[in-house]
Amino acid sequence: MSLYTPAASGADARRAVLSTSGRSKEQTPQSVLFIVLLWLSLLIGFVTLAVLLVDTFADGLTRLDGRLFTGYPSSRAEEAGARPAILGSLWVVGTTAVLAVPLGVAAAVHLEEFADRKRWWNRLVEINISNLSAVPAIIYGMLALGALALIGVQQKNIVIGGAIALAMLILPVIIISTREAVRAVPRELRDGSLAIGATPLQTTWRITLPAALPGIATGTILGLSRALGEAAPLLLLGGLVFLRFDPNGMLSQFTTMPIQIFSWTAQPQAEFHTLAAGASMLLMALVLLMNGAAIYIRNRYQKRW
Amino acid sequence: MPEPMPQVRDAIEVELEHHQQATRDVPDRPERAVLEVDNVNVYYGDYLAVRNVSVDFGHNEITALIGPSGCGKSTILRSLNRMNDLIVGARVDGPIRYWGQDMYAPGIDPIEVRRRIGMVFQKPNPFPKSIYDNIAYGPRVTGMNVPSMDDHVEQALTKAALWDEVKDKLKQSAYGLSGGQQQRLCIARTIAVQPDVILMDEPCASLDPIATLRIEELMAELRDQYTIIIVTHNMQQAARVADRTAFFTAAIDPDTGERHGELVEYDKTTKIFESPADSRTEGYISGRFG
Repeated sequence: MSLYTPAASGADARRAVLSTSGRSKEQTPQSVLFIVLLWLSLLIGFVTLAVLLVDTFADGLTRLDGRLFTGYPSSRAEEAGARPAILGSLWVVGTTAVLAVPLGVAAAVHLEEFADRKRWWNRLVEINISNLSAVPAIIYGMLALGALALIGVQQKNIVIGGAIALAMLILPVIIISTREAVRAVPRELRDGSLAIGATPLQTTWRITLPAALPGIATGTILGLSRALGEAAPLLLLGGLVFLRFDPNGMLSQFTTMPIQIFSWTAQPQAEFHTLAAGASMLLMALVLLMNGAAIYIRNRYQKRW
Repeated sequence: MPEPMPQVRDAIEVELEHHQQATRDVPDRPERAVLEVDNVNVYYGDYLAVRNVSVDFGHNEITALIGPSGCGKSTILRSLNRMNDLIVGARVDGPIRYWGQDMYAPGIDPIEVRRRIGMVFQKPNPFPKSIYDNIAYGPRVTGMNVPSMDDHVEQALTKAALWDEVKDKLKQSAYGLSGGQQQRLCIARTIAVQPDVILMDEPCASLDPIATLRIEELMAELRDQYTIIIVTHNMQQAARVADRTAFFTAAIDPDTGERHGELVEYDKTTKIFESPADSRTEGYISGRFG
């Protein structure tokens, strides 16, 4: 007698033969159409970017030369360069980082590790940080303008002014990404530290923050690369100026690459447009480099626990 | 016939030893209580999670807390070094005395409590640092006066029966160790701040049988210097390692319909497993519920 006798005759009825008709429900016309639409959406984005890149590259290639890096703006296109703008961008973005990173990381750590979520003001702050990231950049320019006017600064196109505007702009980005990075650190690591008599502050400094560092770095770099490409708030501060000197400090006048590009494209001569395309390539390369670094850091140090 | 794998033979020997250790005789009541839980209720918000628990934990003894899920054994364990403070809304009502002093009294620093009453968790949780730095972390953050950190690290690892396995790779990441080694590292990390009591919350739940036996063997070695309180789902483990066993269960309050954890019976392990006084204990031990 077989060990596996069917318990009831119903079991025979249920024993089915797999269909060999060759028609799969995985590939109905609807599903194929859906996939095609998805590909199309992807293609639109990709082709637009590719055309833009190739076009700019073709336009700007002739001026992607040494003079672009070393020359000062000039009324003669063949002599003009973006040196003050490149240095200005570095000054402003560097100062922005100094202002925004400590503030943003501290705010995120407070919200994530110490703030009592039952208090209404903490919830209010949380909601507003998400809202802040949706505020148009120019509003931050107006805010910085207002703040500078309030303390009686006459010349508003200064490095620290621009950095304040950009720092406020990227603060929500840094706070949100830092919070996510801190939240991703397992609860068990904090418990392990607290259970051997470390204080919450020591635990945050020595365990949580180091473990969250890759995520924080990624968010910070992405925020700074956004600041690098931003023009609107700086235009409002009066960044559209003709400078023939290098910025040399927090209170120095400055212009940045996006503004320089904007100013050149507004010129009637075609040579300036070529120059603008060259500077655009440079700016794009810088932004891509920063984003690439962010991705590298994210992948390199991903989840070591 | 092939020789049994040496590893396996070791494990069998270890288990035999444990059975001998389990018969170690202890007095009917702990002579010196390190921790006295005195009519304690633990709440999460308004919810009474564990009610009316009274236990004395004896010095240099191993005590096991057993019982079905949701019976409050982990809650009580986490109350013993104020780890429950970290859960929003958790509240301990009633004194828990450490050498006679109420650790929940105003003015008592929970950091100080946790330094003396360490904890090892269910899942090994080494820090993302080197093996050496995992051990040195505790002495550093608590400001211990350690004449030589190298010696201190070696001592802690030796006590946790890990030194021989890691002495050549102290600077390597703790994540390179196996699960069982990681758990022994966590025990060494706790030992390094020289606590009095070590709480263990299902320390072998994520380990294989061999690694489990090594931890049990280690517990038996540590008993002479530390007081160990262990929560376990594994009754054989309680029977193997513990001097005393406390059986918890969850009961539904007929008036409110709420479920509360409570202590059913606390006695010498031999008594609990051979002739329990309460029929619920007997039912659980013999596998009729839970």
